[in-house]
Amino acid sequence: MVIAGIQILNTVAGLALISLGLAIIFGMMRVMNFAHGELLMLGAYSVQLAHSSGLNIWISMFVVAPLFVGLVGIVMERLVVRHLYGRMMDTLLATWGLSLFITGLITMIFGNMTRGISTPLGSFEIGGIRESSYKFLIIGVTVVLFAAIYFILRRTRIGMIARATMDNPSQVAALGVNPGYVYTATFAVGAALSGLAGAVLAPLTGVLPTMGAAYIGKAFITVICGGEAILAGTASAAFLFGAINQVTTIVLNPEFGEVALLIGALLMLRLLPAGLSSSFKRKVL
Amino acid sequence: MIRSLSFPRQMLAVIAVSTVLLLALPQVFEIDTILQLTLNFAFSILALSLAFVWGYAGIFSFGQAAFFGIGGYAYAATAINLGDSTPAIIAGVLVPTLFAALFGYFVFYARLTKIYVAVITLVMTLILYKFMGQTAKPDYMIGNARLGGYNGIPAVPPINVPGQPHLFAGPDEMFYIAGFSLLAVYVLLRWSLRTRFGKILVGMRENEKRMELLGFDTRLYKLLAFVVAAAVAGFGGVMFTNWNSFIDPHVFQLAFSAQPIIWVMIGGLGTLAGPILGTFILSTLSLELGVQKVLDVNLLLGAIFTFFVLLVPQGIIPTVRNLLEGRRLAGGDSPDGATGARG
Repeated sequence: MVIAGIQILNTVAGLALISLGLAIIFGMMRVMNFAHGELLMLGAYSVQLAHSSGLNIWISMFVVAPLFVGLVGIVMERLVVRHLYGRMMDTLLATWGLSLFITGLITMIFGNMTRGISTPLGSFEIGGIRESSYKFLIIGVTVVLFAAIYFILRRTRIGMIARATMDNPSQVAALGVNPGYVYTATFAVGAALSGLAGAVLAPLTGVLPTMGAAYIGKAFITVICGGEAILAGTASAAFLFGAINQVTTIVLNPEFGEVALLIGALLMLRLLPAGLSSSFKRKVL
Repeated sequence: MIRSLSFPRQMLAVIAVSTVLLLALPQVFEIDTILQLTLNFAFSILALSLAFVWGYAGIFSFGQAAFFGIGGYAYAATAINLGDSTPAIIAGVLVPTLFAALFGYFVFYARLTKIYVAVITLVMTLILYKFMGQTAKPDYMIGNARLGGYNGIPAVPPINVPGQPHLFAGPDEMFYIAGFSLLAVYVLLRWSLRTRFGKILVGMRENEKRMELLGFDTRLYKLLAFVVAAAVAGFGGVMFTNWNSFIDPHVFQLAFSAQPIIWVMIGGLGTLAGPILGTFILSTLSLELGVQKVLDVNLLLGAIFTFFVLLVPQGIIPTVRNLLEGRRLAGGDSPDGATGARG
């Protein structure tokens, strides 16, 4: 029972973690980033490469991966996304072309094979079943990241500028802030968070050029079913779908877990087309 | 120019030219070229299904390859069980149609926005891939047909003369069947776009709110367009499975679902001829690249695609047409503003 509880919590945390970067980019900028899976993949590659070239695993994971993927985000925003603001469909298509491009590039450089990273931290035992302590790290990282983003958006000047820019860019420009920079920065932060998520999950999933595809379905569903509220919506959708997925996985098998997740999402969107957060009473972040 | 002809004459010209080409080509080309063309015909039907639903009804669906795959699987399972291809072809069209009707009901009656439809059809494809991949266990049977997981269903019986399974199509006959099927699908779609139904779809693409205020149930028409496109895609899947005598879950893979979108985008959104052209150009290109192994196929496709979205968003055929017309009208705007309605 305890183990099942931890597994559910872990699935929920994993779902929230892979969706956070996407939620920020979509929620703030209305850009559906179809290259999201590839940002996660690049995060996983950066931690694997940095660690195997001798760098400390934690530095590779929490510093190198988000920094590198954040830079990739800046390049993506400057070269492609920037030219398509306000054209949601075109942004979706262009980022999706980028996703193919990045997958192809990484396949060419590193080959189409899985690389592994040994899972740090040991394991613990409850009632005769061994579980990796790393799962707690994932839960912890997710909670800390959500709290940090909430704090930054709500309580800091930078967060206020970011929210104001999304609300009314010309007003912000009149007050002396260049909205272009804010867009780039927001996109970079979303990308960096995705890179971090990919890096944190890499020891569990292995590292592969096409691994993005395994993530994006779940991340997209979580974000669109979350709705308007970036953090609360994503978190509540992650709870709902994480629970559905993990319970089905335990009762039936992992593939049915994903099928159940999609059916759950379809039913939910039929009932609440604007996402879970449309049912909240108060306007939240 | 062909555009100055009336619609029936235009179609007659297309049918005449295509028939001559289809009959002549097998006399000219070697068998490997004929096989490659047959594959391109099947892929072109898939491209047309997306060209219809995306270019005319304005619904961007990531799921066309999934319906193509479901059609292929339905054909394979039925043909193996019954030994006759005629009911199998019907199943190959009907199963994806019903699946799309059910799926589309949830999507369109929830009035999801374009972006959400794109996302949820993508997720559907991804999950089908995973699900079909794990059907390797012997309990996943449809009658006598084993789904076979990532190994797929081998030895699918080819199309035969109705009721006579021993008279089946070889590569040459398959070329004609696929070629004339593509021609039929093209003409039927062109015709359907001239009907009231087609005009409603284009109206919806141009301004959904207005159509709704005029009293059209846009949810229903979107669902219908989606279902028609799924039927066409499923039919393409039948042709594909025949070409291969084999079907496996790679048709649900992201890289495969990517292809029809690239073909349509590059050939020209809002036309039907463009996507066929795009299919022929790009699938030939992919084949060449696959042989050389210098550049990764995805890398190049992704680069071409992003380039087109940014710089040639109309695609080849509308761009060329605008250039020609621009010259004729001495730089004036294209007379029919939206290039959409023709193709």
